[in-house]
Amino acid sequence: MAGAGGGGCPAGGNDLQWCFSQVKGAVDEDVAEADVISTVEFSHSGDLLATGDKGGRVVIFQREQENKSRPHSRGEYNVYSTFQSHEPEFDYLKSLEIEEKINKIRWLPQQGAARFLLSTNDKTIKLWKISERDKRAEGYNLKDEDGRLRDPLRITALRVPILKPMDLMVEASPRRVFANAHTYHINSISVNSDHETYLSADDLRINLWHLEITDRSFNIVDIKPANMEELTEVITAAEFHPHQCNVLVYSSSKGTIRLCDMRSSALCDRHSKFFEEPEDPSSRSFFSEIISSVSDVKFSHSGRYMMTRDYLSVKVWDLNMESRPVETHQVHEYLRSKLCSLYENDCIFDKFECCWNGSDSAIMTGSYNNFFRMFDRTTWRDVTLEASRENSKPRASLKPRRVCAGGKRKKDEVSVDSLDFSKKILHTAWHPVENIIAVAATNNLYIFQDKAN
Amino acid sequence: MMLSKGLKRKREEEEEEGKEALAVDTWWLDPGHPAVAQAPPAVASSSLFDLSVLKLHHSLRQSEPDLRHLVLVVNTLRRIQASMAPTAALPPVPSPPTAPGIADNLLASSDAALSASMASLLEDLSHIEGLSQAPQPLVDEGPPGRPTGGAPPSLGALDLLGPATGCLLDDGLEGLFEDIDTSMYDSELWAPASEGHKSSPEDGPGKEEAPELDEAELDYLMDVLVGTQALERPSGPGR
Repeated sequence: MAGAGGGGCPAGGNDLQWCFSQVKGAVDEDVAEADVISTVEFSHSGDLLATGDKGGRVVIFQREQENKSRPHSRGEYNVYSTFQSHEPEFDYLKSLEIEEKINKIRWLPQQGAARFLLSTNDKTIKLWKISERDKRAEGYNLKDEDGRLRDPLRITALRVPILKPMDLMVEASPRRVFANAHTYHINSISVNSDHETYLSADDLRINLWHLEITDRSFNIVDIKPANMEELTEVITAAEFHPHQCNVLVYSSSKGTIRLCDMRSSALCDRHSKFFEEPEDPSSRSFFSEIISSVSDVKFSHSGRYMMTRDYLSVKVWDLNMESRPVETHQVHEYLRSKLCSLYENDCIFDKFECCWNGSDSAIMTGSYNNFFRMFDRTTWRDVTLEASRENSKPRASLKPRRVCAGGKRKKDEVSVDSLDFSKKILHTAWHPVENIIAVAATNNLYIFQDKAN
Repeated sequence: MMLSKGLKRKREEEEEEGKEALAVDTWWLDPGHPAVAQAPPAVASSSLFDLSVLKLHHSLRQSEPDLRHLVLVVNTLRRIQASMAPTAALPPVPSPPTAPGIADNLLASSDAALSASMASLLEDLSHIEGLSQAPQPLVDEGPPGRPTGGAPPSLGALDLLGPATGCLLDDGLEGLFEDIDTSMYDSELWAPASEGHKSSPEDGPGKEEAPELDEAELDYLMDVLVGTQALERPSGPGR
């Protein structure tokens, strides 16, 4: 299938040999809650990689240019900019603390030298401008080199300041703050293909913003019932179509996806398409609804498909067929018999994300025990890999992992009962063009590359 | 290792045994269903019920509950409740639920059962410490008597939030405070003049100043060139 990707990935995720490239973050056993990574996103060209954490910080890594004199650092990502995006807030009207955790980061397409991204916590979205400065002016008239004001009476001559080169400085400044539009917790933001608007979605509403205008937004979806006692379903994720600026999708806690066309009406409470897979009666349980809840929805780069992640599987949908997905990939089916325990320890509520590769031929999602899964859509092969410090020798190949669901455990297999459920990989990202992936494991960011890269 | 060993796994979801599903959405009433057949349903559901009530209680206790978690727990609790109050609470059904035509009757009657269970659930919850302000009227109302016949039984649980619910759920409240200056929450770190200003590019700050301070204008222009201070115009972010 033709995809949007450029060079480097004709095949999917499995004809490739994935190798360790880098790991970022502290090695400490004791992880500070604030350092837990909560979102990962490549820029549109892939040269920048942004992470957000629970402490409200954003760290941007930049890929180094290939350099013959330093062959070992070819294509490495190094810190480019770090800034505090959101601070903890206290809402005095409601007596509520607002977490500073960054829920999502989305890059704007690059238009000039400066780079722009949107970052959001539960309540407020911010537009950040990241720009480089590599020259400074010397010879001001009104102030001296230290910045102190000169006595105007002492100035006898006018001089023209000159530009001098300086060490590269990367500055991040907030350009817009989009606040006070969400009563409930924001779970998604998505930049429109028109590059002028974006959407933000919380549990019950989706708002449309213009990037220039911060004092108002348009509500386009509202599923809040007149009587909150009748609430049975919430919005879990939303995204704009990559090419059609009038089309968006949003998923629900009941495992349904609605596609809306903003041309049909201003308020998109009535969907244009409704995607739901009928429940399999033989696998029904008390937890059926919880595990069907969609935690992430992503359009393919081509715009022809979308992918949804529920607790146990990843499904690929053809936008032209609402009745069922065209593909279902099991992420960790061995957990189906453990749902009761996972309900008890709340793991069943974990929200895993998923992502496409550049050519839409492969998809990736995370699991427990620092495992993550890749599915090749053309060969229908899948692989389980692990992000761990043990496999972190430079360019070391990752060995496929296997989980033993029951019966006799083979050598090298991990039994289900020994999986570490505190090590969850919720956030992963795939470079838009090349076979480079970023995997967030609690407070560490792992970067893996294809050996051929 | 996070899997709990304490909770007895009453419900081993084994491979399909070729059981046919019920035509209606009350599989838990079918004694032939593998999940139900595993263990005495009353015992199986009751520990899950207790667990769910605890979760609901814990969720409601948060100052700002995670709505998704809350909704999923409540919906799960409903299913468990329904399985724990099977035939006894149902009004008499004309014939065994074999034909799809009976489905509606069964659903309607199980709604009544659910409503009754939800009412008793809330009564149970009101005895839990800290929730004594659970509104009694809710129990008195009795969902079967509501004008909205056929509507799903009320969530009800959110009433237990008390006054905080109003703040969380009532959007109208925010409208009352529109005249309050909330700028302390905004982090407008850039010069106010640059935000959405309609002024044309020629209207630089230099215009307001005394014309004889040429040095200031020159310095300003230098800053612009260097990028310390951008010449703001209401154009796109990348421009």
